[in-house]
Amino acid sequence: MTPLFNLLAAQAEVPEVIDRIPSGFSYFVLPFTIGVAFMFCWIGIGTIRLLAAMPREDRIKFWKSLFIPKTAAKNIKELFCDCLFHVKIWQRKPLLGYMHSAIAFGWFMIIILGHIEVALFVPARLNVTRGGLFYPIFYRYFVWMNPGHTTLRGSFFFFLMDFFLLYILSGIALAVFKRFRSIVLGMRHTTKPSFADRVALYSLWMIFPLRLLAESFTADLSGGSFLTIPVNQFWHFLFGDKLWFMPCWWAYSICLGLFFAAMPFSRYMHILTEVLWILLRNAGIKPNHPRKGVAEAEIYACSSCGLCLDACPMNVQKKNLKFSSVYFIRFLRRHNEKKINAIADKCLMCDKCHALCPVGVDAPALRRAQRATVNNSLPYDYSYLGSVVSKDTVRTAKDTGAAAELRPYSAAAKRGWTRPGSDGCPEGMVSEPIQTYSSNPEVLYFAGCMSHLTPRIIKSVEKIFKAAGVEYAFADRDGGICCGRPLMLAGKTDAAAATIAANKKMIQESGCSTLVLSCPICFKIFKEEYHLEGIKVVHYTQFINELIASGRLNVEKTDRKMVYHDPCELGRGCGVYLEPRAALSQVGTLVKASKEYDESICCGGSLGSLTLDTHDRAKISEASLTSLLDGKPETIVTACPLCLKTFSETVANSGRIAGKVKVKDFAEAISSTL
Amino acid sequence: MVDFGFGLVPSSRINLDLFDKEKYDELAAMEPDVRICMACGSCTAVCTAGKFVPTSLREAIEAIKNANSEKALQMLESCQLCGKCSMVCPRGINTRHLILSITKVYSQK
Repeated sequence: MTPLFNLLAAQAEVPEVIDRIPSGFSYFVLPFTIGVAFMFCWIGIGTIRLLAAMPREDRIKFWKSLFIPKTAAKNIKELFCDCLFHVKIWQRKPLLGYMHSAIAFGWFMIIILGHIEVALFVPARLNVTRGGLFYPIFYRYFVWMNPGHTTLRGSFFFFLMDFFLLYILSGIALAVFKRFRSIVLGMRHTTKPSFADRVALYSLWMIFPLRLLAESFTADLSGGSFLTIPVNQFWHFLFGDKLWFMPCWWAYSICLGLFFAAMPFSRYMHILTEVLWILLRNAGIKPNHPRKGVAEAEIYACSSCGLCLDACPMNVQKKNLKFSSVYFIRFLRRHNEKKINAIADKCLMCDKCHALCPVGVDAPALRRAQRATVNNSLPYDYSYLGSVVSKDTVRTAKDTGAAAELRPYSAAAKRGWTRPGSDGCPEGMVSEPIQTYSSNPEVLYFAGCMSHLTPRIIKSVEKIFKAAGVEYAFADRDGGICCGRPLMLAGKTDAAAATIAANKKMIQESGCSTLVLSCPICFKIFKEEYHLEGIKVVHYTQFINELIASGRLNVEKTDRKMVYHDPCELGRGCGVYLEPRAALSQVGTLVKASKEYDESICCGGSLGSLTLDTHDRAKISEASLTSLLDGKPETIVTACPLCLKTFSETVANSGRIAGKVKVKDFAEAISSTL
Repeated sequence: MVDFGFGLVPSSRINLDLFDKEKYDELAAMEPDVRICMACGSCTAVCTAGKFVPTSLREAIEAIKNANSEKALQMLESCQLCGKCSMVCPRGINTRHLILSITKVYSQK
């Protein structure tokens, strides 16, 4: 009998667990302790630097957001769903989701349960000065189970620990398998790991098998359950009574230490930085520089999982894999300026990588910020914008020079405004002195540059407006200025701001209450950057759907098979998926595309890319078209002038389907049934 | 230039000796499409900004080749990068990037 036992026996209540090593320390914990201490120092300093680099108002906004109940609830929900359960991956690829959540949630539970055990059985050891940093991790090494005094409570924890260990091991097995056959888990391409990634990856693979080994070697002393006890008995069968367990615990600790030491330089940093990123994201703070401040949290939150590789439309050609968001962010981390710029310029900005990212990293926004560092300083002269706006806006009551209002003079012309006559006054209209402002057109239609290149859209929209009796004014019938979104996409932020200011003035002066846009590119920027108070900004798909739903527009149902293509800027950009489908199902039968909604493939004509050439674009168009033709439709319907033009050309140029499939704009498809 | 005692009025004179080949090569390396323009003028015909102020990619490329980069920059300074020109270009030139590249290369002194 050791003195320790005598001491314990003297206590009134016999303890369930005995602190085996009085000092609570053994040299094997050193690799782990050093690794984890280094990692925590690194992330601590990094977080302070990051918060210091943020503008003051953003910092205040961040601290405040933590105490707003709604944001706090969202934070908690997203921390659990995104970081632990990986719900977003589950929804897309269940097997992949299981793998990630097994490792993340299982590990989290093992750490938490280890701490609970220590708190219940040897509470003094939670103190940092008495080994609180490593004791709960190596709890099974440091304790003896008091034979004959195990309670149900103790067995329950033994069971849980073994259960979660098995859960993690199943995840690790899938992860190892994925390295060789990723397609089985639903990934065509996976990221090429860097050196630090490999170190961390291989140690991560080793950690849990070694933990099982280490715990099973001591299971007869420190207790175990359905997994560790049988393995322990096996070792006894193999090696006899005396088990020499130190090498296993050393190996386990070294693997943990290696993993944590490599973590800051590898993709696994996202395990912790994702937490910070979720908090910052939910606080509504947006990066304004591709590398500094919030962006730093964002790029370190990237888990390099490579889901964006399969998502990226450019990757129909293998040579373009290197332009994916995951590599963009990797080079951002490494400050590789030359590569960053080349990758940033290539992207189509279709936003699919952002929509599908399990961590919610907005890579397109970072690319835009990166482009701005190069292009924003380029000279421009927009002094003409002021004069354009006063000359070419809609003539309304608020126009100071011509204090007259245009009104239809006949019942026939009541259905809205028609083509302007030579005197600047629309045909079929007469000038009348203004009475009040109230009779300003309720609806202002802004076609945008691209719609002017595809006049069939404008014709159809006007036909629909007339049929539904919408009183509208045409903001840019004779050509207006650009909306500013293409400038924004190219990184010319200041030039975009000048354009926005000019357009905003024109729209506010028109006195309209609803602004209808037929181009999703315009729609996105009008919605997000214009801040038009009191004016409802809608896309024509929404507006026309409303007209049909309210019975103002009567359409005829045909048996035509149609497929709807979600334009990037409308779907992923503005979240408009259902309205166009609802309206189209009133005029025909909608069939499914193989990739639709937020998975829709960019048509290849996007204005987002600066350097992608025509050949590569054509490949993307073909891939997109193939997805659309999945349900054998007769007509492809889209709601974007760019998509319309790209698809029309692709269909016409492809011998296979030329003449068999029609490409129509949304408004055309609706107006053809009127 | 050798003075032969006769010539064009200075305003319409093109001095090709001033053509900066290095800069042109730099531009072509950045956007090779500059070499395939056939000066059809489709870009100018549809230009959004061109409706209000003289803006023309065709003229800008012409001006660069005629050693007048000042004019080239002037022709592009009101461009809003709306991309209509790239949609109509029969040669499939990446016009937006070409415009950005011209501004980048020739605006640095």
